[in-house]
Amino acid sequence: MKLKQLESLLGNLQQFSNPKVELEQYPTGPHIASRMLYMAENSYGDVTEKVVADFGCGCGTLGAAAALMGAEQVFGIDVDSESLEMATANAEDLELDIEFVQCDIRNLGWRGSSVDTVVMNPPFGTRRKGADMEFLCAALKIASGAVYSLHKTSTRDHIKRAALRDFGAKTAEVLCELRFDVPQLYKFHKKKEVDVAVDLWRFEPKD
Amino acid sequence: MRLLTHNMLSSNIKGVVNGFPLRIEAEKVIHKEVDLNPDFLRNIFSKIEWRALSDAARSLGYAELPEEAEESMLDSDEFLGKFHHALLEIHLEEGALVCPETGRKFSVSKGIPNMLLHEDEV
Ligand SMILES: C[S@@+](CC[C@H](N)C(=O)[O-])C[C@H]1O[C@@H](n2cnc3c(N)ncnc32)[C@H](O)[C@@H]1O
Repeated sequence: MKLKQLESLLGNLQQFSNPKVELEQYPTGPHIASRMLYMAENSYGDVTEKVVADFGCGCGTLGAAAALMGAEQVFGIDVDSESLEMATANAEDLELDIEFVQCDIRNLGWRGSSVDTVVMNPPFGTRRKGADMEFLCAALKIASGAVYSLHKTSTRDHIKRAALRDFGAKTAEVLCELRFDVPQLYKFHKKKEVDVAVDLWRFEPKD
Repeated sequence: MRLLTHNMLSSNIKGVVNGFPLRIEAEKVIHKEVDLNPDFLRNIFSKIEWRALSDAARSLGYAELPEEAEESMLDSDEFLGKFHHALLEIHLEEGALVCPETGRKFSVSKGIPNMLLHEDEV
């Protein structure tokens, strides 16, 4: 699938209708989502024929992108049932078979090493401090191949240290820096759109 | 929810030592046909807890899987077909997953298992 085609398919997906501030529910836009999965496949071969999990899947954009890029099985996990309903509808629209699980990522009981790749746009940890780290910790436990994640550029050093030292990652690499438009979903945002610098990371868990 | 997913999930309640496999209480089961991919099945085979899969399938009315399986069986198309069906085509739509140790029920609704824990279970 071509990048343009992927981006345009993702552009048709429904987004959060009543975003919940405390869960940092803002959509991963089609621009970023398509590039993330495209790069994961074309530079590293981490998607096609793989088992992919989308952590904090929200409306399911990243998981849908993985399925469109030929992932063999996709799991979408989120704490919020409304998001999961939206994600289910989005997957159905695109005729994708995605398995959804409602769970708090902090206490996910997942057996074995079936998941090759985790893709995620975790909460940045602006509402509940450390939420980004909890996602990263969980992802590195479950993925056997690679983890792709977005984090604020301002936290780069901290992320790297935590991944390598605390969560047992073998590698932690920033693939590119992106501008993330956090739309004005929330009252505390004064400007119409807040443009945050985020890093697209790739981590490899320990063998 | 596919049995593939059932095969991965365990009860993570505080104090539970062995939360796998979750027992299934089925209210509604559906079947959806999907293409069979032999490479995927061969790949995932080693990651499947076989007994949990065959028991789960049986509890949903599909008794075709042997109780034990080994790698060499993957050469048989007949076996692949059954494995494929049990793993990917049977869906638990409504019902519950039950923690084998505590009996706590995790409901499954519209095909989505709710594994959220209560405050005192974390
Ligand atoms: C930035 S959004 C991700 C958006 C998603 N990638 C999409 O395309 O719509 C973060 C998501 O994480 C979920 N979330 C927040 N805290 C969570 C937790 N502890 N466990 C699981 N999901 C959580 C939120 O419900 C939200 O959907």
